[in-house]
Amino acid sequence: MDYVPALARWIHFMAGVMWIGLLYYFNFVQVAALKAAAADGTAAGISKHVAPRALLFFRWAAVVTWLAGAALLGGQFVNAFLLRGGMAGIGVGAWLGTIMLFNVWALIWPNQKKILGLKPATDEEKNRARRVAFLASRTNTMLSIPMLFFMAGGWSHRAIFGL
Amino acid sequence: VGQRREGESMKNPLDSLWGTIISGLVLTVILYFVVKSILT
Repeated sequence: MDYVPALARWIHFMAGVMWIGLLYYFNFVQVAALKAAAADGTAAGISKHVAPRALLFFRWAAVVTWLAGAALLGGQFVNAFLLRGGMAGIGVGAWLGTIMLFNVWALIWPNQKKILGLKPATDEEKNRARRVAFLASRTNTMLSIPMLFFMAGGWSHRAIFGL
Repeated sequence: VGQRREGESMKNPLDSLWGTIISGLVLTVILYFVVKSILT
């Protein structure tokens, strides 16, 4: 059954690249681009045609990444999340990824629906949604830094922890 | 000295990209030592 973890790792990497790649696109490119586009009246193009498509792949890639990661942990899933059995490194990575998945579905996506007009909202509600979605997205960008460190070395390169 | 003036609010580091990146790096170092202490 060696093909199951190999397949899970492959899918975990591909979906993870899409998820974190789009997260970095939002934070490093789109936030600044929207500000500049709003100044010359061209923001609607991004809000209407780019952001909804990016968010579609973003939120579902997050789900696939998490599920493939869980499959990859297999029988070590509980040990990883309880930080026991020598699984604390990858476990911290798994916890960070899980918090990020929660942020995507509980904070970023519901608020983006109001911002993009997919869900009715007053101007005041939209302004609040902008701030919450922005901070949740920035929080995920911050968490992605340790998350990737522990994903990269937490399981297969445990020598970095002096083991 | 060391006291904020009235009306002056603390800035959120997540409002800037550099603040976000530096916060992530600091968190990485903290978690590294937490994990190391669990594993050794």
